[in-house]
Amino acid sequence: MTTVVIVCGALLAVAAALTVVRLIAGPTLLDRAVALDVLIAITVVGIGLEAAYNQHTTTLPILLAVSLVGFVGSVAVARFAIRRPDE
Amino acid sequence: MSDLVAGALLLVGAVLSLTAGIGLLRFPTLLSRLHLGAKPQVIGMVLTLVAVGLRTDAPLDIGILALTGLFQLVTGPVAAHMIGRGAYRSGLVRRDLLLTDELADDLADDRGQESS
Repeated sequence: MTTVVIVCGALLAVAAALTVVRLIAGPTLLDRAVALDVLIAITVVGIGLEAAYNQHTTTLPILLAVSLVGFVGSVAVARFAIRRPDE
Repeated sequence: MSDLVAGALLLVGAVLSLTAGIGLLRFPTLLSRLHLGAKPQVIGMVLTLVAVGLRTDAPLDIGILALTGLFQLVTGPVAAHMIGRGAYRSGLVRRDLLLTDELADDLADDRGQESS
């Protein structure tokens, strides 16, 4: 189990780093919103990985809250970012 | 046995997350990147939640995990839809890479009905 968790952690770290690169590079606000969505999901997977490894359930409410609220940011940004091409 | 399955699911979930990260960097357009946030990422998260469920045995915790997965499945498409809509309306969609654009046909039909 320990080996699996270390490998998974490394994969998640690489995934998060690639996502942060896209978050910085953009080029548009909506690209960054998508990258932030993926970053939130990677965070949830990471917290779940830790909970599965240590077999405790203290962090499960965090997963619940994040998965419920995580989309609000993207929706707000998407509403805000809409501009007509002719304006 | 259940530990073995949980480990395999965790591994697949992490690999799918990595796939999303790589694709986010490599894919050329906003809509193709949107696909990554909406599909491999959500499947990876659900597989991880199943793995956590296999490692615990309290019914309440499994309920919380099921709710987490449900919320993710419900809210993910909403966010993806809103971002796709915003991208289309802001003209951020690269039309040379689209094979078909049914929304444009529908919008043209609507405009035709309004003017007639």
